[in-house]
Amino acid sequence: MPATAKSLDTTKDRPRGKDQGAAARPPMSAEQEKLAFREMLLIRRFEEKAGQLYGMGLIGGFCHLYIGQEAVVVGMQMAIEEGDQVITAYRDHGHMLASGMDPKYVMAELTGRRSGYSKGKGGSMHMFSIEKNFYGGHGIVGAQVPLGTGIAFANRYRENNRVCLTYFGDGAANQGQVYESFNMAELWKLPVVYIIENNKYAMGTSIERSHAQRDLSKRGMSFGIPGEQVDGMDVRAVKAAGEKAVAFAREGKGPYILEMLTYRYRGHSMSDPAKYRTKDEVDKYRKEHDPIEMVRTRLIEEKRASEDEVKKIENEVKNIVNEAAEFASHEPEPDASELWTDVTR
Amino acid sequence: MEKGNLAKWVKNEGDPVKAGDVIAEIETDKATMEVEAVDEGTLGKILVPEGTQDVAVNTPIAIIFAEGEKAGDVAAAKPAAKPAPKQEAPAPAETPAAPVSVSAPAAAPAASDPEVPAGTEMVTMTVREALRDAMAEEMRRDPSVFVMGEEVAEYQGAYKVTQGLLQEFGAKRVIDTPITEHGFAGVGVGAAFAGLKPVVEFMTFNFSMQAIDQIVNSAGKTLYMSGGQVTAQIVFRGPNGPAARVAAQHSQDYSAWYSHIPGLKVIAPYTAADAKGLLKAAIRDPNPVIFLENEILYGKSFPVPKLEDWVLPIGKARIARAGKDVTLVAWSIGMNYALGAAEELAKEGIEAEVIDLRTLRPMDIETVVESAKKTNRCITIEEGWPQNGVGADIAAQIMERAFDWLDAPVTRVSGKDVPMPYAANLEKLALPSVPEVVEAAKAVLYR
Repeated sequence: MPATAKSLDTTKDRPRGKDQGAAARPPMSAEQEKLAFREMLLIRRFEEKAGQLYGMGLIGGFCHLYIGQEAVVVGMQMAIEEGDQVITAYRDHGHMLASGMDPKYVMAELTGRRSGYSKGKGGSMHMFSIEKNFYGGHGIVGAQVPLGTGIAFANRYRENNRVCLTYFGDGAANQGQVYESFNMAELWKLPVVYIIENNKYAMGTSIERSHAQRDLSKRGMSFGIPGEQVDGMDVRAVKAAGEKAVAFAREGKGPYILEMLTYRYRGHSMSDPAKYRTKDEVDKYRKEHDPIEMVRTRLIEEKRASEDEVKKIENEVKNIVNEAAEFASHEPEPDASELWTDVTR
Repeated sequence: MEKGNLAKWVKNEGDPVKAGDVIAEIETDKATMEVEAVDEGTLGKILVPEGTQDVAVNTPIAIIFAEGEKAGDVAAAKPAAKPAPKQEAPAPAETPAAPVSVSAPAAAPAASDPEVPAGTEMVTMTVREALRDAMAEEMRRDPSVFVMGEEVAEYQGAYKVTQGLLQEFGAKRVIDTPITEHGFAGVGVGAAFAGLKPVVEFMTFNFSMQAIDQIVNSAGKTLYMSGGQVTAQIVFRGPNGPAARVAAQHSQDYSAWYSHIPGLKVIAPYTAADAKGLLKAAIRDPNPVIFLENEILYGKSFPVPKLEDWVLPIGKARIARAGKDVTLVAWSIGMNYALGAAEELAKEGIEAEVIDLRTLRPMDIETVVESAKKTNRCITIEEGWPQNGVGADIAAQIMERAFDWLDAPVTRVSGKDVPMPYAANLEKLALPSVPEVVEAAKAVLYR
């Protein structure tokens, strides 16, 4: 029997990202830490820019920003191997950038332009890159969970030694199809890691108001799926937990659940009334638990990088994002004939 | 189910029997059933010997003597257990098919199909066998094709459509799922995203409503939403539409539902030849395909061309019977009504042209419009409901494309606008019928 889920009570609002001292955390090399800093910062700056473009009317419809949650996807990406797959829901820009997709074409999709990853036909919530093993980008809460389980099914069918990371939020954790997937994944020992990004709010409904069992790492227990809670604001903790879970799945032992305790700074989408939580709560996370700031501070304090080196990374990221925004603002819209293409092949 | 084989006598003549004792085993195309004695007494005379094939429902198979009766009283004794009894409280899937109320002649032999080379040998097989052969052939041809669904493997298919596949291809490729339609539909689509070619069986399409989000949103739209990058080469198949005596929740026709969706292909064959050729085409098609079968047709036999690789084009209707007076458009079991009506009309000198649509999306509306231009009259026939039905769409398209050719309004014969009732008489009323089609045809001919 796999290890049972650790019992941690999130009802007491377990501190997220509270630095419990370097010794308590698995170490990262200086290079890894700098890489994590760069990747997280790229997502942060990209999302800030997307927010601006949305305000300017260049991005329309729904736009769900990942700001605050960057350590989750960056840490997990550092835990997988080339060829492993990623699938998520609609708060997906971070996953795409971390998968190595080109920020220019991601942003061009956000602005609905022809060079976007989906030729401008998918938008923020529906982007894919088979080349980078990124399987979307899905707009229906929870629907990506059976899909990711199916990708893992294909891995096992082909015996290709690949693992599929299947992300979903605390809100999706109440959908029935998640448990249908858990059952089949454990029954057939599929190589899938379920990553629950628990940012405490399903849109505006806090988990206290919607979840009977708030320790989401336990949600696989009745299927015998091991799970654990992870400090999702600390990229080191994410990477270490991710490596363990991915190895478990790759060894043919079946699925694994990682509940990432994280937090989103921005609203659910761009039209969030921000009435369901206090400004103080948001500020507290920003000031005390910011995943990027914690790494930046550590890099400098532990003399793993000089201030100049860090600034260089910051400038490089800023340029990439500005270029992407520039590109995405000036690309042409899709040709009218594209309306009729890609319906069937 | 209309007949069965007497597989085995468990009791012999002269044996005492109590009510509830198993006296014989009957084999039907769906299952093996035990026949129980209904009275206490002695098994006096066996009327149908072991090994007899095709014993019709309600044929007396033995006589049980009550106490005091003896062989000489045979004429007076009451017939005992009946063969092929109605199945008791079956799983929802195992619907006892009541006799089909419509006795239609078989469709014009498929040899007239333009795709069949002249001189091709035809073999007679059931729709069920044709479907099984189609899957087996495609699985032999392509290792990425696999079958999954409830009871497809060890049980051999709730309707025996997947019979023998587990034995040939093993548990890796013929996969019994838990009862979890939403989940396994999504798992199938995910596997298809990753390049496998799943054939997902719904025990009946009634249960696909549990999975409809994955079918429509994930399978149907991803090619478009990904700008052509991600395909879902997947077939969702299973029996669709009313079976017999299974009431409202198990008697629904999804023809209109799925053919509404851009991104899906929808096939609904009538003959065994079409079932085979189109299922093979569906498995090879790079798009998600909804393959609507019909339980009542599973046991119906048709000639099928004996060809190495019989694959039909998706999206082509077939003129099943040529005529000049009125066009009847149907598909799947609707063809029973259409062909039955054409036969009746012929007796009165009316030549109906019967079109089997075969594919509902993309629909071969050209063939329908051409026929309507020739006959100037058109009747659509479906078991589904009239509002927003397939017939409603055909009527609209004929109006748009052939308005000036019409000598009468396009008329729909459909299932009645009510949930399916259970009672046999009401069920019959709820479904279309040959007389309704005949009446509609005469009405548009002003006769």
